[in-house]
Amino acid sequence: MIGLQHYLILGALLFASGVMTILVKRNAIGILMGVELVLNAANVNLVAFNRFSHGGTAAQPLLDGQIFAMFVIVLAAAEAAVALAIFLNFYNNFATIDVEKAQNLKG
Amino acid sequence: MDLNAIISGSPQQTSLVTTGLFYLFAIMAGGSALGVVASRNIVRTAVCLLFTLLGVGGLYFLLDAEFLAAVQLVVYAGGTLILIVFGVMLTNKSAFVKFEAKLIEVIIAMTMAIILFGALVVGILNTKFASQAMTQGTDGYPILKLGQALLGDYLVPFELASVLLLVVMIGAAYLAKGRRERSHT
Repeated sequence: MIGLQHYLILGALLFASGVMTILVKRNAIGILMGVELVLNAANVNLVAFNRFSHGGTAAQPLLDGQIFAMFVIVLAAAEAAVALAIFLNFYNNFATIDVEKAQNLKG
Repeated sequence: MDLNAIISGSPQQTSLVTTGLFYLFAIMAGGSALGVVASRNIVRTAVCLLFTLLGVGGLYFLLDAEFLAAVQLVVYAGGTLILIVFGVMLTNKSAFVKFEAKLIEVIIAMTMAIILFGALVVGILNTKFASQAMTQGTDGYPILKLGQALLGDYLVPFELASVLLLVVMIGAAYLAKGRRERSHT
C-alpha cells in the first residue's frame, strides 16, 4: 500500500535533483529548469499532505494543500516569464547565456 | 472521483492498480528528474523536464486532485515548458551549444545533493506521521469546493495573484523589448 512516505521520498528526490541542477548547470535556462523541479517537489509534498490529512469530511473536504499548490503553479509561471525576459535581455547584451559571463557587478 | 469508481474490481485489485500506477508515475518523474541533472544538451534537458511534469501530474491524479492534475498539464507542461523551449531557441546560436561545469564543481554539487537527499530520507523515515493510510476519498468532483474556497477563504490571495500576473505581463514585455526600441530612437 502506498503511504504518505512514498510521496515524501519522491518529493525529496525531485528536490535534490533540482538543487543539483541549479548547482551544476552553466546555462541560465538550465538553472531555471532546476528551480521548476524544486517547485514541483514542494507541490508534490503539499498535495500529498493534503490528501493524507484528517479532519475533512466527504461533504467538506480539506483543500488547503491543493489551493497552495495552485498558487505555486501560478507563481512558477510568472517567475519563468520574468526570468526568460531577463535572460533574453542578457543574451542581447552579452551574446551568451553562460551565467559565468554575468560578472559586471563583480568588485 | 475516486479511483475505485473507475476501476471496478475487488479492493485487492484496486490497491494493486493504484500501487502500480504510483510506481509508474514515480519512476517516470524521478528518472526524468535525474535525466534533467545528467543531460548535457539543453534541449534534452527540456524534454526530460516535460516527462517529470507529466509524472507529477499523474501523481496528482492518484492523490484525488484531478483539477490540479489538469492545471499541471495545461499550465506547466503546456505553457511554462513551451516558454522555456522558446527561451532555449532564442538564446542559442546553435541548439547544441553547451557549457560544462568543472569536474570539481560537479563532485561538490553531487556530494551536497546526495547528503541533502539522504538527510531528507532519514528525516522522513524517522518521523511518525499521524496518518499512514489515505483518508476517505472525496465524493464526486471537489472542483465546486475548490472554486468556493478560491472565491471565499482565499479571495485576497486570488486577487493578488491576478494583479501579480498583470504586473508580470507588463514587466516581462518591457524587459524583453523595451531596451532595443529605445536604442533605435
